[in-house]
Amino acid sequence: MASIILDKVGKIYAGGTRAVGDVSIDIADGEFIVLVGPSGCGKSTLLRMVAGLESISEGTVRIGDRVVNEVEPADRDIAMVFQNYALYPHMSVRQNLAYGLKNRGTPRADIDRRVAQAAEILQIGPYLDRKPRALSGGQRQRVAMGRAIVREPAAFLFDEPLSNLDAKLRVTMRLEIKELQRRLRTTSIYVTHDQLEAMTLADRLVVLNGGRIEQIGTPLEVYRKPASVFVAGFIGSPAMNLIPSRAVPHLPGSAHAGIVGIRPEDLSVAPDGPILMQVGAVEELGAQRLVHGHVEGEALTLAMPSDALLSDSLRLTCRPGSLHLFDANSGQRIG
Amino acid sequence: MIENRPGLNLLAHLVLMLGVVIVALPVWVAFVASTHTATDFMSGTIPLWPGPYLLENYSRMLDAGVSTSGTPPVGTMMLNSLIMALLIACGKIAISITSAFAIVYFRFPFRNLAFWCIFITLMLPVEVRIVPTFQVVADLGMLNSYAGLSVPLIASATATFLFRQVFLTIPDELTEAARIDGAGPMKFFRDILIPLSRTNIAALFVILFIYGWNQYLWPLLITTSSDYYTIVAGIKRMADAVDGLPQWHLVMATAMLAMIPPVAVVIGMQRLFVKGLVETEK
Repeated sequence: MASIILDKVGKIYAGGTRAVGDVSIDIADGEFIVLVGPSGCGKSTLLRMVAGLESISEGTVRIGDRVVNEVEPADRDIAMVFQNYALYPHMSVRQNLAYGLKNRGTPRADIDRRVAQAAEILQIGPYLDRKPRALSGGQRQRVAMGRAIVREPAAFLFDEPLSNLDAKLRVTMRLEIKELQRRLRTTSIYVTHDQLEAMTLADRLVVLNGGRIEQIGTPLEVYRKPASVFVAGFIGSPAMNLIPSRAVPHLPGSAHAGIVGIRPEDLSVAPDGPILMQVGAVEELGAQRLVHGHVEGEALTLAMPSDALLSDSLRLTCRPGSLHLFDANSGQRIG
Repeated sequence: MIENRPGLNLLAHLVLMLGVVIVALPVWVAFVASTHTATDFMSGTIPLWPGPYLLENYSRMLDAGVSTSGTPPVGTMMLNSLIMALLIACGKIAISITSAFAIVYFRFPFRNLAFWCIFITLMLPVEVRIVPTFQVVADLGMLNSYAGLSVPLIASATATFLFRQVFLTIPDELTEAARIDGAGPMKFFRDILIPLSRTNIAALFVILFIYGWNQYLWPLLITTSSDYYTIVAGIKRMADAVDGLPQWHLVMATAMLAMIPPVAVVIGMQRLFVKGLVETEK
């Protein structure tokens, strides 16, 4: 186990394209960090630089007290779980788990013990002698995690490990990963584009956009105080309403902000509310209902209880203190 | 076509049966010929049913051969052919799988140039470069040897290209997982690539074994000692009887014997062979 420190890390590809720039993150020992962002934001590249699968163009990466910029992936004391599992198709589950240990010259008895232990933790004991193709997606994912666990590495790196699973299994596996990490207390970096996955798993979130860090913080910090318009729009589902302040001039503070952010769940119907919304499409989610509409020509979404009354236009008010104010030019939070 | 009409089915089967008959008839005639005496076959009417001399003809070919044509017994020639075909097939696979490994997995200068150089040799089959190749082999003193029979035929652009395509289908993540698991390049090659291309190796082995077994021109050129005659070239020598009629019944018996090893290889490796040609999932 170890801390991981990224110091001004950057990646420039051969053609001169910059994929990642100026990324500094201090990851404490045992912490679960999630890198989240839209596709192409450089999160996978960043993870692969930590793993040693991509060279590091700028800055340094430390794992423990060692700078690993020039260290081979196998010698970085990390284990990686891949999106497509990357199990060796011709080996049995047991061989898949043991392969990395065998290459390191771990004694036979030790390998058997660790494989048995990992199988026990992940409940894959019955499948140890099967080939990966005889397993379901969830089981394959467990084996891929088992391959990481048996190594007893300083850090786990997860590269969108759940995106090939169906929605229901994703939720279960998410929980399993979280519990597993709690139990093993191994420093973990997890890459995902799914903000819900990011929120539920992370000790701290790193929101990336265009190869740069937008915000680092605990899931609640990021949710409650998004540092920029990008983070505000990315984290939270349904997404936050971001409206030019001229459309909602009566809201407190909107006079000196360029963009006002209101979460759909912070809006509620009130007969004398300051916002007049023209109702458009309605989505029923069961527990609540999403109402899409317009205010002064700007799109607005409202989350309301599904038994509330609807009409063509609604007067809305927002919960006090729930407004997010952003600068129109820089997109940064101003209050 | 997912139609189900009895008439069409019947027609399809008739066409298939006709095809089988057309392909199989010469083989059948050869077999029939190998079970008669020389005079039966020369009498003007070709028999269509097997005669009584099957064991006699075949045992004669295996024991003694046809002394007048200067060929050794069939057993020796079969062994020569077998050695040549195995050397060619195994040599081609070994060389091309390693060169494909180098081309796909290593970044070295002029990598693409190297690949295209190999690829271009596809345009120069043995027959085109036969005179210079003969010169080289003769200068190296490899006439009348197994090395001379096989080495010039081993270099193979086709097999290199095939393995390259196979390796390109192996997902990058697998390579990366192996890197993180501490497998060096040779270990990756041995533990991951070779097992994953097992079916392709088998398919290629079948094709190359038959290619090697059927070599005619090259062995004919470079073997002057009957100890190194191969069976395919030997059949031709038997048919060229100098004074007298060719002993067709014996030639045909030899031809039937010559068919056995390739057929055995195809049947034995059929399952892997088909898998290797159609399998896409890695």
